[in-house]
Amino acid sequence: MKKVFERPKSLTKDPFTYCPGCHHGIAHRLVAEALDDFGVREKTIGVCPVGCSVFAYVFFDCDMICAAHGRAPAVATGIKKSKPDSIVFTYQGDGDLASIGTAEIVHAANRGENITVIFINNAIYGMTGGQMAPTTLVGQVTQTSPYGRDPKTMGYPIKVAEMLSTLKGVAYISRVALSKPAYILKAKKAIKKAFQTQVEGKGFSLVEVLSTCPTNWGLSPIEANKWLEENMIPYFPLGEFKTPEEVS
Amino acid sequence: MGEKILMKGNEAIGEAAIRAGCRFYFGYPITPQSELTAYMAKKLLKMEDAAFVQAESEIAAINMVYGAAATGVRTMTSSSSPGISLKQEGISYIACAELPCVIVNMQRGGPGLGSIQPGQADYFQATKGGGHGDYHLIVLAPSSVQELVDLTMNAFDLADKYTNPVMILGDGLIGQMMEAVEFKERKKISLPDKERWALTGCKGREKNYIVPFNLDPYEMEKTNFKIQKKYNELKEKEVRYETINLDNADLIVVAYGTVARIIKTVIDNAKKEGINIGLIRPITLFPFPDKIIAETSEKINKFLVVEMSLGQMVEDVKLAVNGRVEVNFYGRVGGVIPTQSEILNEIKKYLK
Ligand SMILES: Cc1ncc(C[n+]2csc(CCOP(=O)(O)OP(=O)(O)O)c2C)c(N)n1
Ligand code: SF4
Ligand SMILES: [Mg+2]
Repeated sequence: MKKVFERPKSLTKDPFTYCPGCHHGIAHRLVAEALDDFGVREKTIGVCPVGCSVFAYVFFDCDMICAAHGRAPAVATGIKKSKPDSIVFTYQGDGDLASIGTAEIVHAANRGENITVIFINNAIYGMTGGQMAPTTLVGQVTQTSPYGRDPKTMGYPIKVAEMLSTLKGVAYISRVALSKPAYILKAKKAIKKAFQTQVEGKGFSLVEVLSTCPTNWGLSPIEANKWLEENMIPYFPLGEFKTPEEVS
Repeated sequence: MGEKILMKGNEAIGEAAIRAGCRFYFGYPITPQSELTAYMAKKLLKMEDAAFVQAESEIAAINMVYGAAATGVRTMTSSSSPGISLKQEGISYIACAELPCVIVNMQRGGPGLGSIQPGQADYFQATKGGGHGDYHLIVLAPSSVQELVDLTMNAFDLADKYTNPVMILGDGLIGQMMEAVEFKERKKISLPDKERWALTGCKGREKNYIVPFNLDPYEMEKTNFKIQKKYNELKEKEVRYETINLDNADLIVVAYGTVARIIKTVIDNAKKEGINIGLIRPITLFPFPDKIIAETSEKINKFLVVEMSLGQMVEDVKLAVNGRVEVNFYGRVGGVIPTQSEILNEIKKYLK
């Protein structure tokens, strides 16, 4: 009998420890599948962030390092410069990438570092218990925006994919979601393209993944998927923002 | 090899680092060490299997070093006081992850933006950890351009040997000074294998991972104990210092780096006036040469510590002396360099 579904080789046997309904696990799987597809697991070095996915080093079966909060793109730069033949990816949350690590991501992108960034936008700080993220939606209630995010004093949610697409050094950027199978298939393609961009040496690639955090949103997994589709997608449109010609 | 070249301190560090096999440099410009960053750009951008990155900040630079060090290569960053402050979180990660790297601090006057003239007021930061948590850097304090060269080369070996970050703690004066230097042929020493931990891709082996955290406090405590063991070993094996005239001195000065250089002239001048001064010059600030200080305090009862700070190393000297004799202090700060005559006047106060 032909096996049609199995655990990607790039994932360890450890079961995910993320909350029920959390998209981190799906995103991990898609990254692992892409590494398997290109056969690069044995030359991949992954950089995990500080955030819920600090434990990504447990789940990916390739060399891994944990960066300080926000600094994964700088760490990835150091790795890629010293091992140019390796495949280097960072996996970062929205607090990590779009708040404390804004400088690092902008400059890694601007230098056109040949790395792949998986950016998990769940509109909240998951690990620290649900504080406002730079991507938190206007009006969204969090621990630190208890009356809803007020753009007058807290600014508007940052559109990372759009912002970074303006940089010339960037090769591939897209935004995907994981709330239903059709989106997951598209996300899989996008993540694959991002790694293809790197494998072909075309430069910086990033996939922004709209993700749920049912625990800190105070919703059930099903409600969280619905909330994401009704609230996040209208503000953070899905699609490709930049593609190198040959990869598109 | 063997011939002497006239070089500026900052550039000499760069050349020494390259000769020691460092091919990966990450930095951000700041006076008074920018010549080093520029030197590395000039050399490394033309070399094979090498990289120079002008990082977006000192924070990014140290994290690039963290990434490069994790793959097992020799790597370094350099800065001056305010920039070193920015690097502290990254340095703490590197120390916790037990990765080798070299960090140069050409200190300037502080605090705040301070001045761009030389200082020694980052001693606490350099020797006591600097960032969060219980860790230490190996701290080397050169007092001539030649020593800058020799210690830079040693720094990479020490970093590899102890898988610990090493700091070269100089100052603006030594960085800017021109002196004749020789890049001596170094004997090969055997160093521990990096394959065990380096991130090089997991072909043919289990995956390696570098995670400077553990949410289980008992495990995290074990990590601390393991690192601490290295510091004890360092104290046993790697203490270095220079002494002058300890035997019949009327007073012992303890000073490092640029200040120690000035003291050497003070010693000569004092001799002409019939005053005998001894010098203990720590070369390793961590591990600190406390034994020689303690022993000397059994014989000589007048100590003066001179620093370009308001009293930092003096605390370690007092700990070493342990109340046996009085330890006096003289310091200038903010970028001011103490003169020979003011130091000699200070010494005379204690010899009355
Ligand atoms: C320098 C520093 N500041 C703050 C923290 C605390 N902290 C840990 S995770 C986190 C936010 C993580 O949120 P995000 O990046 O969105 O990841 P998520 O958990 O949502 O996946 C913060 C603020 C830290 N570890 N280090
Ligand atoms: S707190 Fe949120 S982001 Fe973190 S694991 Fe749970 S659901 Fe996922
Ligand atoms: Mg988040």
